[in-house]
Amino acid sequence: MTDGQISLRAAATDARTEPGLVRWIITGLAVLFLTVFVVLPLVLVFAEAFSRGVGAYFSALIEPEGLAAIRLTLLVAAISVALNLVFGLVAAWAITKFDFPGKSFLITLIDLPFSVSPVISGLLFVLLFGMQGFFGPWLQNHGIQILFAVPGIVLATVFVTFPFVARALIPLMQEQGTLEEEAAISLGASGLQTFFRITLPNIKWGVLYGVLLCNARAMGEFGAVSVVSGHIRGETNTMPLLVEILYNEYQFVAAFAIASLLAMLALVTLVVKTILERHLDEGQPVSDD
Amino acid sequence: MGTRVSGERGRRNTLPGFGLTMGLTLTWLSIIVLIPLAGLFIKTFELSWDQFFGIVTSRRTLNALKISFGLAFAAAAVNLVMGVVIVWALVRYRFPGRRIFDAVVDIPFALPTAVAGIALTSLFAQKGWLGAPLAELGIKVAFTPLGIFVAMIFIGIPFVVRTVQPVLIDLDTEIEEAAASLGANRWHVISRVILPSLIPAILTGFALAFARAIGEYGSVIFIAGNLPNVSEIAPLLIVIRLSEFRYADATAIAVVMLVAAFLIIFAVNRIQSWAQNRIPVH
Amino acid sequence: MTIELKNLVKKFGAFTALDGVDLKIADGELLALLGPSGSGKTTLLRIIAGLDWPDAGEVRFDGENALTRGAGERHVGFVFQHYALFRHMTVFENVAFGLRVQPRAIRKDEAGIRARVKELLDLVQLDWLANRYPSQLSGGQRQRIALARALAIQPRILLLDEPFGALDAKVRKELRRWLRSLHEEINVTSVFVTHDQEEALEVANRVVVMDKGRIEQIGTPAEVYDRPATAFVHSFIGESVVLPVNVSGGQVWVGDQALNIKPNGAAPGPSQLFVRRHDMQVAPPGGGLRGSVRYLRTFGAVQRADIALTAGDGETLIEIDTPRDRPLQIGEVVELQPTRFRIFSA
Repeated sequence: MTDGQISLRAAATDARTEPGLVRWIITGLAVLFLTVFVVLPLVLVFAEAFSRGVGAYFSALIEPEGLAAIRLTLLVAAISVALNLVFGLVAAWAITKFDFPGKSFLITLIDLPFSVSPVISGLLFVLLFGMQGFFGPWLQNHGIQILFAVPGIVLATVFVTFPFVARALIPLMQEQGTLEEEAAISLGASGLQTFFRITLPNIKWGVLYGVLLCNARAMGEFGAVSVVSGHIRGETNTMPLLVEILYNEYQFVAAFAIASLLAMLALVTLVVKTILERHLDEGQPVSDD
Repeated sequence: MGTRVSGERGRRNTLPGFGLTMGLTLTWLSIIVLIPLAGLFIKTFELSWDQFFGIVTSRRTLNALKISFGLAFAAAAVNLVMGVVIVWALVRYRFPGRRIFDAVVDIPFALPTAVAGIALTSLFAQKGWLGAPLAELGIKVAFTPLGIFVAMIFIGIPFVVRTVQPVLIDLDTEIEEAAASLGANRWHVISRVILPSLIPAILTGFALAFARAIGEYGSVIFIAGNLPNVSEIAPLLIVIRLSEFRYADATAIAVVMLVAAFLIIFAVNRIQSWAQNRIPVH
Repeated sequence: MTIELKNLVKKFGAFTALDGVDLKIADGELLALLGPSGSGKTTLLRIIAGLDWPDAGEVRFDGENALTRGAGERHVGFVFQHYALFRHMTVFENVAFGLRVQPRAIRKDEAGIRARVKELLDLVQLDWLANRYPSQLSGGQRQRIALARALAIQPRILLLDEPFGALDAKVRKELRRWLRSLHEEINVTSVFVTHDQEEALEVANRVVVMDKGRIEQIGTPAEVYDRPATAFVHSFIGESVVLPVNVSGGQVWVGDQALNIKPNGAAPGPSQLFVRRHDMQVAPPGGGLRGSVRYLRTFGAVQRADIALTAGDGETLIEIDTPRDRPLQIGEVVELQPTRFRIFSA
């Protein structure tokens, strides 16, 4: 918060701020609303997870089902993040280092998955690879399993996390311009030398930022993955899917134990995000004055 | 600001890799996004108009769409009001824990929806921390449409706050002081000077929260009750139709929702460009 | 190395940046491209560097077609207007970059690179900054590091885009002198772009004046100042007084008054008379430019007068210095005699 804002000490009659009672009510409302709708649910996750003690918590986590879900979630996230990282870097290079018609339309297309409901994201791949889908019969004849298997889960996850890295990089690289790259090229550097020695060091915080958000969503995605996974226990259940199953089976401690891991992931993500945002603010281009 | 030239010698770029990176971008974009989305629309065109119309106007579908759109709108409206209240408190006042509450706003973005779903359900269930006192008052939240409403409010909070907050921070306090020095009282300053500058951001935040709530699945289905025609949201109906192998029904509902989502995004873009034209950039 | 540009044309959409530019740059020359913004001078520089490609025309280095080669293969040192220093590298690594990315076969070893960077930092007198980052340097220091970085690859041509544009006035003067002496020392064909006439006239051996994508005049600083080839050059370089006149019957007319100057071969018809402030003196009546004294100030041996000339539709207010021995009065009508002038058709 910057200076020059109204402090609570200011006179109540001042036209630059509100009367004390009004300020008190507004602050109270904001705090109450956030507490009821956000803080309490979050606290409840951990309270429920540990409601039968630490022993019950950890034994719930090391159930074979739980471990399988954790492994699958990590695998899916690793593949999706890697794919979207490469795509994000490639797309950001093409979009920010060159001029071409239709650039903003291309950016809109890349953003598209953000406006698609998770369930519909899953549905898209069912329509392509399901038995009644476009490629379903062909895939079955060739013994290739995409739906209700890991490839389907990866595809759906890649779809819903598609824009994250590109979105984090495009504004950053647009702001940084192409001059440093032009300088490197004119000094005789090759394209790859320019990318790895000049561009990448300049955007590293942005890359981490995109990867962080991409990873959080990839690990936490529920709707899209739910539609394509087939819910095969121990095989195609990611952590969010297992949370659903355990909860519906009234295994509340186990459900909240797995949920608490995901909640921790969310909290860590938010903390790291704040740190990265600070780095990104500092990484402004060198100005000449 | 790449440099590109067309001419007798063909196109030359200063920086290398345009063809390769653009080719990869378009290919990967097509495989992951464009072809699957096209598939949905192609599937829809396999339906006759009557079939399509029949599906989306069937009682259960219509009710599901009404529930999704209606409650999403109501929840976004609550987020609009409460979002502005939260932003005002966070930006203009100092109170203990302000930074924590500022960070808390992002949790609905970051928390996986299934986790939010079971947490809200347990919180508002009849024996839950909030559900029990509410039950005393005769209010039942979990497993009713009210539960859907609550979950949609939860996931919509960050949208209004995070779009309005930077605008209010950037708002020049000199304008307020000028208005005050001209004899305006506080209410006039807020209603005539501050709020009008925030309106584009508020509308944008509202539209984004609305769009998100329409499509929301994970955080809603646990608390919803999922009674057909009463507390069954459209995304859930898609899942149900898929499990019944009624792909055409699922597809038709999906198209309606998708078109609505695109229209909202289009509206947001219009709001943004309107705001840019209205308020000169410094 | 010599550079030859033939009929260069470059368009950005509907905007014509270069409209048929021909130019020969001699070996070892220090040439200024001077013009207002949008005149195409930076585009021309970028085309020589290989950072832009022309739509038509030729670029030849020592007679050899340069357009078949990319920026990295031209051995051109380019100093960017805002320096484009690599912000994540120290000064040392910035200067070393061009040496480090050379193909393995010709790359120096680490000791060789260190020696060369040291040499360059000594040349720009900033060896004590080797371990700083660009953000820790002043504008003038960044400028010199950018130059050292460009020189590291032993360029055959040195190109500088507005080399002093982003600096404050004092540093600017210092660097101008320094750049001249550096050029004498390394004697590489150098071209710099500027919109500041003083800079171009003071630093360059030869000045190319550009406007709207065309070359208006090429000449030594003295030539472009004393014998401007076009109306644009006359008004762009130095302060000019411009008066609407008419040329007819071998006479120059202001309204219905014939001036006692010769048209110097100017074509008959409506024209513009260009005179520099210091090329006019108060003269006895008879064919001078008529005006009335509006305001007077005295500075030592001279008095400075604001004189309103009546020419054409309106008045033109000019400021001239005259000796104290011919005192003027406010309101007095005087005649001013141009001693050096140019007439261009309107």
